Amino acid sequence: MLDELRELYQEVILDHGKNPRNFRHPDDANRSAHGYNPMCGDTLFIYLTLDEEGVITDCAFKGKGCAISLASASLMTQTLKGLTEQQARALFERFHWLCTHDEPPEEDAVELDPEALERLEVLSGVRDFPVRVKCATLAWHTMTAALDGQQEVSTE
Amino acid sequence: MTTMTEAIRSPGANSVKALDLEQVRADFPVLRREVYGRPLVYLDTAASAQKPRQVIDAMTSIMEESYANVHRGVHRLSQESTDLFEGARERAARLLNAESSDEIVFTRGATEAINLVAFCCGEGLLQAGDEVIITALEHHSNIVPWQMLRDRKGIVLKVVPMLDDGSLDLEAYRKLLSERTRMVATTHISNSLGTITPVKKMIAEAKAQGDILVLVDGCQAVPHCQVDVRDLGADFYTFSAHKLYGPSGIGVLYGRKELLNSLPPYQGGGEMISSVTMEKSSFKAAPHRFEAGTPAIVEAAGLAAAIDYVQTLDYDAIQAHEQGLLSYATTQLSQIDGLRIFGTAPEKAAIVSFTLESAHPHDIGTILDRAGVAVRAGHHCAQPVMDRFEVAATVRASFGLYNTEAEVDALVAALHKVKELFG
Repeated sequence: MLDELRELYQEVILDHGKNPRNFRHPDDANRSAHGYNPMCGDTLFIYLTLDEEGVITDCAFKGKGCAISLASASLMTQTLKGLTEQQARALFERFHWLCTHDEPPEEDAVELDPEALERLEVLSGVRDFPVRVKCATLAWHTMTAALDGQQEVSTE
Repeated sequence: MTTMTEAIRSPGANSVKALDLEQVRADFPVLRREVYGRPLVYLDTAASAQKPRQVIDAMTSIMEESYANVHRGVHRLSQESTDLFEGARERAARLLNAESSDEIVFTRGATEAINLVAFCCGEGLLQAGDEVIITALEHHSNIVPWQMLRDRKGIVLKVVPMLDDGSLDLEAYRKLLSERTRMVATTHISNSLGTITPVKKMIAEAKAQGDILVLVDGCQAVPHCQVDVRDLGADFYTFSAHKLYGPSGIGVLYGRKELLNSLPPYQGGGEMISSVTMEKSSFKAAPHRFEAGTPAIVEAAGLAAAIDYVQTLDYDAIQAHEQGLLSYATTQLSQIDGLRIFGTAPEKAAIVSFTLESAHPHDIGTILDRAGVAVRAGHHCAQPVMDRFEVAATVRASFGLYNTEAEVDALVAALHKVKELFG
């Protein structure tokens, strides 16, 4: 039983869950959104800083949640820096696939950074825990809401 | 691990008939199943209870042998179905010690019952500026309908706060009662903390203040203790069958007969009318006035069997058994480092809400699930209760008449696995 659970709760996740990176509210953030999971009460604020070319120069977050949602948010903030809006959305699409499918997708619409993908792979264990997929994707839904200029997003 | 017979041990066990726990567990087919290769440990009865064979058989039997629409046909099957349906109403009336079965309205569940009371009282009895008192312990179903009524009709909503142990602040309640108060809507037992509220006393105080109606949400109470609506003095009392080991989709609203008959109808349709022309309709008396459309006939047969089931087991035995489990679980859980129990009122039902310092309730829920232990992790549809304790969520282990001390041990063992993972 613990082996299966260790697939989900890998060291990296436990570490990021306990000590989330980029856990702050940057002064120069120019996009933000609040994400909420009404099922469990998890709440995340995602802050993005985009430059004039539409490249994400900073990504940070604040909030409360389970180990999966905090670790996912923390890992996301580490992978988005330097990406364009389009690349960030494509990465979410791929990440969502990773959380819900055993096999890799046929082709990505946009070329993705293999290093970023590798970093996110650690969360793929949620695919064996379907009710937890929303925890893993809350930060990403909130990030795309921020890009869309939406203030609030709920996973219901 | 303790054995099942040891699990029957409970305060006052000498004076009351003890549950034959092995027989009880054998009555519930689902308790034989495994989850992820482990025996199911079902500790989520406060969310919904499992069903005994007797309920399943009653529902199958009406469908196989007697099913037809009720109150309509002159044919044999319709008469048999009507007898079963109205028999369920009589059983519910006896269960709550109502004066007559005309005081029992069938609804989809307690949520619909509270909506019915809020809507119909809002149309008939309550005026803008009238005050309705609810409590800080309420389930969303006893908050939101009143907020909707406030927004629609301009009633004023007041909330009885709770103390740190999860019991109601009765002094504050007394101060809230005034000549403007028209309604008090309170839970009998908190679904999130297990607190048993002093409803009899609260009703007496409301009645001493004036012409105040009291609605009691008895969802968590009816499965665990004998309820006597006349002794309590309640004007309305409601519960859902699915928490009483019966089917989902049907609930009971008790209302005093003259009170029900003074209210306008809830929904319009067949069954609730005495005559209809294209110009106007006239309505039946309660309870049928509140039961538009074909009711939950099969579910009513299931509810009747569920009522028979708990009454045959005997409420004193059920309560003694569950109080024993509560005290055992509280003691065992309290020994876990970093575990905090929410709701420590002296009068409690067998519900233990807790958090662990090192892990979020949702993560705990997932790990317990893999150990076969089903608990609720979340806000339990009582977000104001969570806010009061400044937590987003808790883990809730809730016990029913079929649970054992061995299952408490399984919960504790699984929590140690959580600590192994999360430190």
